[in-house]
Amino acid sequence: MRTHIHGARVIDPASGMDRICELFLDAGKLVAFDQAPAGFVAEQSIDASGLIAAPGLVDLSVALREPGYSRKGNIASETLAAAAGGVTSLCCPPETKPVLDTPAVAELILDRAREAGHAKVYPIGAFSKGLAGEQLAELVALRDTGCVAFGNGLTNFASSRVLCRAMEYAATFNLTLVIHSQDADLTADGHAHDGATASFRGLAGIPETAETVALARNLLLVEQTGVRAHFTQLTSAKGAKMIAHAQSRGLPVSADVALYQLLLTDEALYDFSSLYHVQPPLRSAQDRDGLREAVKSGVIQAIASHHQPHEADAKLAPFAATEPGISSVELLLPLALSLVQDGLLDLPTLLARLSSGPSSALHLPAGRLAVGAPADLVLFDIEAKTVAGEQWFSRGRNCPFIGQQLPGKVRYTLVDGRISYRS
Amino acid sequence: MTPTTSKRPLQLNNQGQLRHFLSIDGLPRELLTEILDTADSFLEVGARAVKKVPLLRGKTVCNVFFENSTRTRTTFELAAQRLSADVITLNVSTSSASKGESLLDTMRNLEAMAADMFVVRHSDSGAAHFIAEHVCPEVAIINGGDGRHAHPTQGMLDMLTIRRHKGDFSQLSVAIVGDILHSRVARSNMLALKALGCPDIRVIAPKTLLPVCVEQYGVRVFTDLTEGLKNVDVVIMLRLQKERMAGGLLPSEGEFYRLYGLTRQRLQLAKPDAIVMHPGPINRGVEIESAVADGAQSVILNQVTYGIAIRMAVMSMAMSGQNAQRLLNLEAAEQN
Repeated sequence: MRTHIHGARVIDPASGMDRICELFLDAGKLVAFDQAPAGFVAEQSIDASGLIAAPGLVDLSVALREPGYSRKGNIASETLAAAAGGVTSLCCPPETKPVLDTPAVAELILDRAREAGHAKVYPIGAFSKGLAGEQLAELVALRDTGCVAFGNGLTNFASSRVLCRAMEYAATFNLTLVIHSQDADLTADGHAHDGATASFRGLAGIPETAETVALARNLLLVEQTGVRAHFTQLTSAKGAKMIAHAQSRGLPVSADVALYQLLLTDEALYDFSSLYHVQPPLRSAQDRDGLREAVKSGVIQAIASHHQPHEADAKLAPFAATEPGISSVELLLPLALSLVQDGLLDLPTLLARLSSGPSSALHLPAGRLAVGAPADLVLFDIEAKTVAGEQWFSRGRNCPFIGQQLPGKVRYTLVDGRISYRS
Repeated sequence: MTPTTSKRPLQLNNQGQLRHFLSIDGLPRELLTEILDTADSFLEVGARAVKKVPLLRGKTVCNVFFENSTRTRTTFELAAQRLSADVITLNVSTSSASKGESLLDTMRNLEAMAADMFVVRHSDSGAAHFIAEHVCPEVAIINGGDGRHAHPTQGMLDMLTIRRHKGDFSQLSVAIVGDILHSRVARSNMLALKALGCPDIRVIAPKTLLPVCVEQYGVRVFTDLTEGLKNVDVVIMLRLQKERMAGGLLPSEGEFYRLYGLTRQRLQLAKPDAIVMHPGPINRGVEIESAVADGAQSVILNQVTYGIAIRMAVMSMAMSGQNAQRLLNLEAAEQN
């Protein structure tokens, strides 16, 4: 469909563009700025005066819960929630049931996502069979089916030897690994950051070293094997410094952080509210500040929702007995804009961390506005407000931000030039 | 964050009276003193030939223990009986929980049997808060111990013991010795002592058994027992669980006793009239020498007696606070 978007302030962090101009879309692509191409007759016209047009957001971790956990969410519900949050491309982690370690599971996810059509889905395959960390999954077959990277989910490789070989194998075929670094032994039965709040409330702690010890090992193995690695879900200031150090030595590593880690700290656990039970855990204010700095400087190039929807029962138990995770992909843009509102980031930098940053981390065909690029856009009103929870598409209502008034409102999300969400 | 000044309105009704008893945290000194005064008056009931008062007549108290207990469960049962309540006790660890029933469902089923009060012990920190907030806010919830978090009736019976033997808290030095990390008793005691104005609270343990940021309770930390015991008025010993030897927290019971066991000799470092307390059950020769446990300075068995009075006090106060709130809610509903 030929679409003309007029009057928008267009911000494209990848090219540094920030000005009011016309946008012309045709056959799912962005075909021109400013002037319509010869013979272009718009079938659809969007008045975007007063709105900002930016690349559709790219979210590196949205648990779709399908197959296997449809009581928590499904591909249609969670991708629609993503579209409402301004997301046009998302990666789903391999923790499905069965685990995303075979082409069949990847195909099922891709088929259902295409059928739903709310957002482009890029699966992250399991690095090892069953995420057990013992035997490699068929990485090349998974790549050929459409997996863009390979991860270990929330588990950590117990065997350094197996991990090292897995990295060498992945490096052979230039595959990207998405590595979550949390030492299972140091984590033990912990459920919260090992700090003042957990100590006061008698919750078993997860020390910062659970992250940094695992990160140190993983970085050394990345260096040895030369594999392309993306470190996901950093929680500590020290962890971010270790990534910065590795980058300064020329290692090909990137990193992301969960948006909620930039907004919340472990003090939120004071009332035992299970809504704040997440894995890896919320850490101290100092860690949050260190992560914000790393996002600002670009050491952490991607902010992801790390969306984990749950059914109500999963959160109705004493803290440690509840399932971890926050459902928040549909608030991704307004929640992230609160960082701009609070003066922590400027708008182009924030949009870079939500689009070009994540897409370049995993080499996705997304995250920029350029002639010939897919017409994946978000149009939002930065002056309007979003009341979190006023509408809700995700199956999981496990979101501590519900009820809050957040800055900005997504007006249109377009995927391949087609409106996937509007408000 | 300053834990002791934070508000816990969950356990208070709109008039600031107790309606649940979940934690010492957030309770004002006046309320703690009221609990102690009320318990003092119940101690006389225990000394009478007829040991009953009718405060909870017609009420049903349900002890729900998801963790084993003998002393706490029995003293709660006795306390409820002396208040003339109907009492049932369920050891859930051996019944529905093992059939996969959730805590939520277990408690809702019991609520449907028209219980007026639950005494709950559970291995998860925050379990009593969870029940009071999300399961049955209209039923008075008494925390009988939740994970490592709190054991507030033990904390208050320890305060009653100290007050009856030492009078005022404002001049006291109190040492808590042993496994502070895993101890809900230690956490409740530190909070209660602070709230009641004790100026010198000491914790004594190796680093492996100290919680991180323990200073937030306003305590002084000692890793050397002989240093920490000097001139204290009260020594509270904690039980050392056998499973602490696994996982590298301690080398052996023998080494722990050598370094942190309370012997007659070490007790001499404390004031001559110092009292020795222990929440029980004691491990003779692990954290405490028999001669100290059975000695003249030991008040360990008094603690058990006071435990009944404290539990009577807390149960009667929470029930009356819960009733008052119900009346307030009714009045509010009629006005609308």
